[in-house]
Amino acid sequence: MRALLLRDLRLAFRAGGGFGLSLAFFLMVAVIVPLGVGPAPATLALIAAGVLWVGALLAALLSLDRIFALDYEDGSLDLLATSPLPLGGVVAMKALAHWLTTGLPLVAASPVLAVLLNLPAQGYFWLLVSLAIGTPALSIIGAFGASLTVGLKRGGLLLGLLVLPLYIPTLIFGAEVVKSGAAGAAIGTPLAALAAITAGAWAGLPLAAAMAIRANLR
Amino acid sequence: MSIWEYANPKKFMETSALALPWLTGLSAAFLGAGLFWGYFLTPDAAKFGSTVKIIYLHVPAAMMAISAWMMMLVASLIWLIRRHHVSALAAKAAAPIGLTFTLIGLVTGAIWGQPMWGTWWAWDPRLTSFLILTLFYFGYIALWQAIEDPDTAADLTAVLCIVGSVFAFLSRYAVLFWNQGLHQGASLSLDKQQNVSDVYWLPLLACIAGFVLLFVTLVLLRTRTEIRARRMAALLARERLA
Repeated sequence: MRALLLRDLRLAFRAGGGFGLSLAFFLMVAVIVPLGVGPAPATLALIAAGVLWVGALLAALLSLDRIFALDYEDGSLDLLATSPLPLGGVVAMKALAHWLTTGLPLVAASPVLAVLLNLPAQGYFWLLVSLAIGTPALSIIGAFGASLTVGLKRGGLLLGLLVLPLYIPTLIFGAEVVKSGAAGAAIGTPLAALAAITAGAWAGLPLAAAMAIRANLR
Repeated sequence: MSIWEYANPKKFMETSALALPWLTGLSAAFLGAGLFWGYFLTPDAAKFGSTVKIIYLHVPAAMMAISAWMMMLVASLIWLIRRHHVSALAAKAAAPIGLTFTLIGLVTGAIWGQPMWGTWWAWDPRLTSFLILTLFYFGYIALWQAIEDPDTAADLTAVLCIVGSVFAFLSRYAVLFWNQGLHQGASLSLDKQQNVSDVYWLPLLACIAGFVLLFVTLVLLRTRTEIRARRMAALLARERLA
């Protein structure tokens, strides 16, 4: 399993593209939104939490089809499916690699972008916390979506249609944590719900994704 | 005699052919009677005027939109566990019907909301969760359309339906948390105290029965179509081989 994780990480780093791209996309969202809605600091402060979370969602979505597509094309996915590793574990490792290469840098970059969007000072800590807890859920839900569309030639658009509705609870609770945190209100409930979604998704979805991959490889 | 008998497509076709005319007649009768009774024979409500009458389309459509997804969930589970093709095809057949009911619910709600709330749309929890349900229907139908191999498509959509149900349920509670509501509470419940008064309730029950029957009729009809399409595909494939 560790070998698989390291292999995926190495591929992501060396092949270029995926690693920096979603981070750059996240940056683009944070730059484009103020250009669209105007530079008034009060407006930006109001929407900063939501925009950052939506940006994280879209940045994660952008890199999803890379999780399985290349391995499916060159046949490594068949080898992985017939290897002694449980397929659910393979999915979990691939999702973890996806999170380490896209989610984690995004979490690290988010405070810088929050400056651009004039997030209130109290919100920074909660932005980091909510993204750190929430983005792993985005990766595993996305891996599930990618496992459904892996056999398709042009699955990209369909992937968005399938995955974005599944992202809704994560988005709502994640943005709520930042909003309440920035306003200095209690954040216990949304934070707990966010953590519960992440934990539940990591527990259940690798199995569902494994089932979908088996159906696709058959 | 067990229900699994109907997993046999031939048996299913025979039985559904017998049942369809009756179901069609019954749903037409219930819908016709319920809607006529509701629209022409009930008084206007004190606060809402005659706009209250949209309840006879809105409430049954909304109920069936959710019930249709539940039916798809059960059919998907049966397909995954017992591999009955009729079950997978029934789930496929139900999706566009459920989507239509969802859209009817949203549109009638908007038409009612404009004079009553002064807006076509509000980000109210119920409205929002219904919109999200629409998205789930779109995704489900799109996945069926996208995959060529019928068995793979059935497997993948079944898995999506199960996972989607969990997340649709989560979304429902997430949006409750996210915004306060404008929509009124339940107008039907077994607790008699909370019900709307009998004058409106009885025709509403008739309409709900009509919508349930309509749904069953349409699902049977569409499943029969799917089975015939599957048979056609098999025949064509055989001809190509010969």
